[in-house]
Amino acid sequence: MNIGVVVFPGSNCDHDCAYVFQDVLGQSVRMIWHKDTLPGGLDAVVLPGGFSYGDYLRTGAIARFSPVMGAVKAFADNGGLVIGICNGFQILLEAGLLPGVMVRNTSLNFICRDVYVKVENAATRFTNRCESGQVLKIPIAHADGNYYTDPVTLAGIKANAQVIFRYCTPDGKVTPEANPNGSLDNIAGMMNADGNVLGMMPHPERSAETLLGNEDGRLIFLSMLSAFGKTEQQSRLVRV
Amino acid sequence: MKAKIHVTLKQGILDPQGKAIEHALDSLGFKNAANVRVGKYMEVDVNETDAAKADAQVKQMCEKLLANTVIEEYRYELQ
Repeated sequence: MNIGVVVFPGSNCDHDCAYVFQDVLGQSVRMIWHKDTLPGGLDAVVLPGGFSYGDYLRTGAIARFSPVMGAVKAFADNGGLVIGICNGFQILLEAGLLPGVMVRNTSLNFICRDVYVKVENAATRFTNRCESGQVLKIPIAHADGNYYTDPVTLAGIKANAQVIFRYCTPDGKVTPEANPNGSLDNIAGMMNADGNVLGMMPHPERSAETLLGNEDGRLIFLSMLSAFGKTEQQSRLVRV
Repeated sequence: MKAKIHVTLKQGILDPQGKAIEHALDSLGFKNAANVRVGKYMEVDVNETDAAKADAQVKQMCEKLLANTVIEEYRYELQ
């Protein structure tokens, strides 16, 4: 599988994502500077986490005007697979590739810890290796992860099964207490109506191998591979 | 011309920063301070002498970038 990882000024999870696809899963990865366009032949594009443009104005607000974003939008419009993680999710929202907006966490704190999310829809190109209702433990690290949208849009994305992950308790109950940031309806991740663009606040790339003590996030990447009929290749890492 | 732009959260949108400031004001003894809302103030020099054209440009700036109209509203004055 050919993966493009976009690098914005201030991205800081770009190499983590590249590492998972390339070194852990044995896929082909190209890093794409935000001033360039997308090369041909890509199967999927990753908008990584970080603090693009220092989160100035609003998170993702300036990155969405980076030159590469025109190509990312065209890629998505053509059905290409796009995953935005954390700041990548915020950029997808600002770019209008996903509906809604991120506002400051209700606690006002930057929250960096493991959370539990429930897989609400396992019949997607990003979750087909998960069970419906499965609980994944994946870390979050953000100050602006409080998802908001208007009631009409919310009803639409729920009816269309576009809500993919919701914050929950370790045993899978979606409760206000399990919501770390005040996100509307405990939404932690969602996709577009066509099912080819996913945004999620938790960082699956930080929980994708045994060495890190948590492999739950790996399921997201394996699902993307499965969507292309691929399986993980011999890892380039030496297992100990 | 100079545009003075205010971007604020729409009514009904939770403002955690405003709430925190409200609590701080309260603990400072300002017991009658209520409904604190935090917004942004920006100044932009627009190289344009025609007021109508400048106005149209600033409006576009606000719509496209300076405000996210899902949650924010904006107002501005041109001088």
